Amino acid sequence: MELYSRRILTNRIGIGLSMIAMAFGLAALMWILWTLFSKGFAALSWDFFTQDTPAPGSEGGGLRNAIVGSAMIVGLTTLVSTPVGILAGIYLAEYGDTSRFAATTRFVTDIMLSAPSIVVGLFVYALMVATLGGFSGWAGSVALSLIAVPVVVRTTENMLRLVPSTLREAAFAIGAPRWQVSLKVTLRSVRAGVVTGVLLAIARVTGETAPLLFTALNNQFFSTDMAQPMGNLPVVIFQFAMSPYDNWIELAWGGALLIALLVLAINIGARVLFRHKT
Amino acid sequence: MEESIAWKALRMNDSAAHAQLDAHAAQVRIFKRQDSIFHKLTFLFAFLVLAALAGILISLAIESAPAFSAFGPAFLWSDAWSVPDDEFGALISIYGTVSTSLIALLIGVPVSFGIALFLTETCPRWLRRPLGTAIELLAGVPSIIYGIWGLFIFAPLFARYVQPWVQAIFGDLPVIGGWFAGPPLGIGILSAGIVLALMVIPFIASVMRDVFDTVPAVLKESAYGVGCTTWEVVWNIVLPYTRVGVIGGIMLGLGRALGETMAVTFVIGNANRIAGSFFAPGNSIASVLANEFGEADPGLHTSSLFALGLVLFVITCVVLGLSRWLIYRANARQGV
Repeated sequence: MELYSRRILTNRIGIGLSMIAMAFGLAALMWILWTLFSKGFAALSWDFFTQDTPAPGSEGGGLRNAIVGSAMIVGLTTLVSTPVGILAGIYLAEYGDTSRFAATTRFVTDIMLSAPSIVVGLFVYALMVATLGGFSGWAGSVALSLIAVPVVVRTTENMLRLVPSTLREAAFAIGAPRWQVSLKVTLRSVRAGVVTGVLLAIARVTGETAPLLFTALNNQFFSTDMAQPMGNLPVVIFQFAMSPYDNWIELAWGGALLIALLVLAINIGARVLFRHKT
Repeated sequence: MEESIAWKALRMNDSAAHAQLDAHAAQVRIFKRQDSIFHKLTFLFAFLVLAALAGILISLAIESAPAFSAFGPAFLWSDAWSVPDDEFGALISIYGTVSTSLIALLIGVPVSFGIALFLTETCPRWLRRPLGTAIELLAGVPSIIYGIWGLFIFAPLFARYVQPWVQAIFGDLPVIGGWFAGPPLGIGILSAGIVLALMVIPFIASVMRDVFDTVPAVLKESAYGVGCTTWEVVWNIVLPYTRVGVIGGIMLGLGRALGETMAVTFVIGNANRIAGSFFAPGNSIASVLANEFGEADPGLHTSSLFALGLVLFVITCVVLGLSRWLIYRANARQGV
């Protein structure tokens, strides 16, 4: 009987600890969100969206230039990484069953998914900034694309592999060429999943700071010229949060809330879309 | 039933059918050409991904060559880092990167295991989905948010309530006391490790939950059937069955932690020394890069920073590669 009660006790302790772990995880999420909301909402105002980042020591100011800059950089990243990622994903799913090259590419993509993003920034700095003569929005977009593409590639491939082979065979049987089968039949049938992948990639790069530090850099003034250094939310948050000025720190909290809301909204949207269409 | 065109052409020597047949052949040739273009096009884009990795390695190697030729392999274990003297070494940042990541795993792995256990075994069914989603959302929160939260919220509380208390308990012990020596600043190696742990928990927990879900119900039911408790089922059946996948998940979290920039830079304190105390500020490879690269002078300083980047990239690639290989191997073995 002693053995039995010891087993029960071990079980209770184990399960109890697991519940504590779960509570710990949820509490952390709640705590972070709560701080973000309480500190961030205080910073949101009309000026926040209509004024540019303030000079050191001056009062007030907003994040208009950073918001526009981030939107442009992330927008271009989406335009570049969506076709590249989808086509590479098609290659891995449709032609990549036997070749050694495809296996290597798949492996490398998996590594690139979690590769340190700051190193990607270094690479683009060496590739574009040092050679083309300066920090630019273009370089920022290239750096973010290097992070977004692997996400799109892997989700596209995984989605395409879920397509039943009968669908492909039916299309082949009526004489469709391979490219039409890929683009018009299989890809179309997993459209929702691929869009989910693209959304997740956008969510991923929206908050990325490290790759932008040495590529897009920052710009205190409003600019839509992608060939120039460009203001963007993550870098502004980083610089302002580390600064000694109270209004800068407040703006950093506002920017952090904006990014977090955006990323959470995209994540939730992607999930809802995926669940409805599949 | 309609006769096929080819038969018609053969049997009746019908010139119209012949023409139709030629048209078909031409169409097939066009399709074949298009297919080959499509194949090459998709191949090209897949190749781009591979080329990106090679490009990163090559460009980092080229840029860091001056540093490695100036300091030799001793760069890796030299603790010098002085801009005025043009003396650089990687040891301090490597120590910070590795120690913060290990602290993160030490805290993160048991908690992740608990979360995965709860989600797969004891959680009421209706709660599983929302809780699982909450954990996945936690994984989606950008790391800069963790950083700013760590700096402004966590660090002051940690300095005020936790650090004095820890020092009061362990401060006088011979060896352990040294681990927690120094003024309670709130920021430092331990704080960075804790914030990093919060960041990697969702990644590890999601992987663990997914691999726990792959255990066949029959196995678990058999164990329950002979009277095992939930804990025994998880410890003796689920964990051994999913061992390789679990290790892969932990390595994935380690890879994330090693390369993390923002969450660490905010709270590690950015001091260029190895203090031996977990409460002391330090720096990591990623935080040095984030802080110094923008203002680095061209020459040895910049080159040394590239060398740090190369070291970080190689370490994370090895860890991540190993993690993927373990997961692949697990899947291949299960396939037999």
